[in-house]
Amino acid sequence: MSSTVQTGTDVRPFLAEIPDEALDDLRRRIAATRWPSKELVGDRSQGVQLSTIQELARYWASDYDWRKAEAKLNALPQFKTEIDGLDIHFIHVKSRHEQALPLIMTHGWPGSVIELLEVVGPLTDPTAHGGDAEDAFHLVLPSLPGYGFSSEPTEVGWDFARVGSAWAELMQRLGYTRYVAQGGDLGAIVTDVMGRQAPEGLLGIHMTLLVTTLGAPTPPSGDTEEERAALDAIKTFTTSGFGYFLEQSTRPQTIGYALLDSPVALAAWLLDHDTDSYYKISHAFLEGEPAGNLIPDHILDNITLYWLTGTGASAARAYWELGRAQALAAGQAPPDVSLPVAFTTFPDEIFQAPRSWVEKSYPNATYFNKADRGGHFAAWEEPELFSAELRAAFRSLRDTKGRQS
Amino acid sequence: MTSSIETATEIRPFHVDIPDHDLDDLRRRVAATHWPEKETVDDESQGVPLAMIQELARYWATGYNWRRCEATLNTLPQFITEIDGLDIHFIHVRSQHEDALPLIVNHGWPGSIIEQLKIIDRLTDPTAYGGAAEDAFHLVVPSMPGYGFSGKPTSTGWGPERMGRAWAELMERLEYSRYVAQGGDWGAFVVDQMGLQAPEGLLAIHTNMPATVPADLDKASQAGERAPADLSGEERRAYEQLLRTYGQVEYARYMAARPQTLYGIADSPVGLAAWLLDHNDAEGQPAAAVVSALSRTASDTGELTRDEILDNITLYWLTNTGVSASRLYWEYKGGFFNAKGVSIPVAVSVFPGEQYQAPRSWTERAYPNLIYFNEVDKGGHFAAWEEPALFAAELRAAFGSLR
Repeated sequence: MSSTVQTGTDVRPFLAEIPDEALDDLRRRIAATRWPSKELVGDRSQGVQLSTIQELARYWASDYDWRKAEAKLNALPQFKTEIDGLDIHFIHVKSRHEQALPLIMTHGWPGSVIELLEVVGPLTDPTAHGGDAEDAFHLVLPSLPGYGFSSEPTEVGWDFARVGSAWAELMQRLGYTRYVAQGGDLGAIVTDVMGRQAPEGLLGIHMTLLVTTLGAPTPPSGDTEEERAALDAIKTFTTSGFGYFLEQSTRPQTIGYALLDSPVALAAWLLDHDTDSYYKISHAFLEGEPAGNLIPDHILDNITLYWLTGTGASAARAYWELGRAQALAAGQAPPDVSLPVAFTTFPDEIFQAPRSWVEKSYPNATYFNKADRGGHFAAWEEPELFSAELRAAFRSLRDTKGRQS
Repeated sequence: MTSSIETATEIRPFHVDIPDHDLDDLRRRVAATHWPEKETVDDESQGVPLAMIQELARYWATGYNWRRCEATLNTLPQFITEIDGLDIHFIHVRSQHEDALPLIVNHGWPGSIIEQLKIIDRLTDPTAYGGAAEDAFHLVVPSMPGYGFSGKPTSTGWGPERMGRAWAELMERLEYSRYVAQGGDWGAFVVDQMGLQAPEGLLAIHTNMPATVPADLDKASQAGERAPADLSGEERRAYEQLLRTYGQVEYARYMAARPQTLYGIADSPVGLAAWLLDHNDAEGQPAAAVVSALSRTASDTGELTRDEILDNITLYWLTNTGVSASRLYWEYKGGFFNAKGVSIPVAVSVFPGEQYQAPRSWTERAYPNLIYFNEVDKGGHFAAWEEPALFAAELRAAFGSLR
């Protein structure tokens, strides 16, 4: 093997080490924020409310401690490896249970690996979290290209199909010959694509967002009350909650200037996702009443990671790539998913995907469940419940003879 | 008359006087900009290119002089008066010709009164610009609520309809009993509303962004459908231009949905500049007319220059009106280019670089009382700013019959 090839497939340990200067600059910028006038309404209908973002900024500049997040990250085995010309950052936690099932989980936007940190323990060490040894996973948590500590693409073409291929390469490089994949939000798009690519070794997939219907050219059926409620929720989202999607999929560079230069601009942009998560986060800051693990420190860990890595624009560009890929596909249907598909509907997700839609999208749906609690950031908000879902979802795919890679 | 009413209708002289501290802070912020990496394309398809905005920022922090713009503004008679609970800033230049026609001109977004500065002399003092005394206008140029030196609304409701009524009140307060109104971009929406409201004294409107699209074609174009087969050549051209435009207005859709989330355009000068630059015209997004101005350091003939682009952006910055200006999109729930049913006299100038070139056929149907229609050969979305001489000539011709 030549040295260049070795360099290319090298898996290098990684530690997050942000210089003090960057943290000082961040605090200085927050303190120097110039604010607009207050919104004219009493709800989120004009965007992120001034009182919410001002309280977030106050806490961010005065009480928040990035070093705790950094320590939490660095307590986990982190690596970088070059795939398809780009440095990919990932967390890799091998379970002490040898027969554990390898699982690659993909975060979304406006998230990062931060949203998945709370499930590392329950998934890799189930016996310490009320599960059985047979429920264990070996866990791989990559950062999407242009997100967190992964490199930013410098050329067009890093669409989600390319990400899916990169993840298959990553799992192969880690020596996993049988594995499963999971994702929500953009991670659900990656996971759906991997299901269609069906790389050797991929046994099945689990998702929490039904991406086949969100951007579908023809709306799914609305025959039952459940389906009509889901259609209404999709309509609400695409008419009032879709601004970030339109802007990022068309002009990521333009909005990027504000996101890179103003911490408060970035924080507001990342907070302005779905209605449910916005109000949960807003309550966490203003009333001190977080929903599950969506506590102020966790929210700021994620926002601060975007700030310190300067990835507001490159993360937004993933949507531009999504739009470009859709335009290039020109309405041509992608190949079906023949692998087993598991799906969990969380009650506060953008819409509650009915079983009928899931089965129509994925004829080989092997698992469907409606969870009791949790929203768009299910793993972040309800890590125990989410982990229990993954255990149940993938149970039928485990090799009962204990044969493992 | 009680003193409280006197206060409310009072017209107070206004001077621009920005503290040095604000200008220092602006330069400091521009110099300290934390930049994203370069876009991954070689064109403008991902937004304002890094090289373009970095060059503008360099000049903004090191060469640009706001005081020159401030001095220009302060040579003009400026006033503030409270209308409908809000302070309205306006420039008011009376012509030396007593029987001049009073005219109120409305700016748009991402513009301001800065767009209109080069037409003031041409309209109020036509004899100095090759025109006749009979061409003169008394000119009123207001800043829209939430824009420039006007007050920022603190409650909802300040859309084009309410602005239209406020402008009628302003003209009445200035004791103009017979006047005309003009606008492009949001200004065009406002004058269309004024046309519908038909306040006493309003003789006619002129628009350089006419709303003429028939209802069925408006619906079809917004849905992205192909042009119907039965369109004439120029109707087909207009339809295709509308399709292009609807693919370039995500900024408008964003501001219509989430204006408050744009904290970055209040906190980051470069964030604001990029946001304001990324408006389209027929030739590009950012607008080709603006992009070419960025490399024009001076002009003797009124062409748009880099300093004027920065005058406008700096006005937004210094008045911290990025977000309040964006809220206008949120306020407006009506259609864009659909015919609105204006029945008073209307004059239309069609500029080639506008969002779409309104065909005469649609224009005659949309404005049954059409008194003037002309297609000019240059100029675009920022017509008064780009082609002040041509624009002024259009207004003279458009309103000639009403004098």
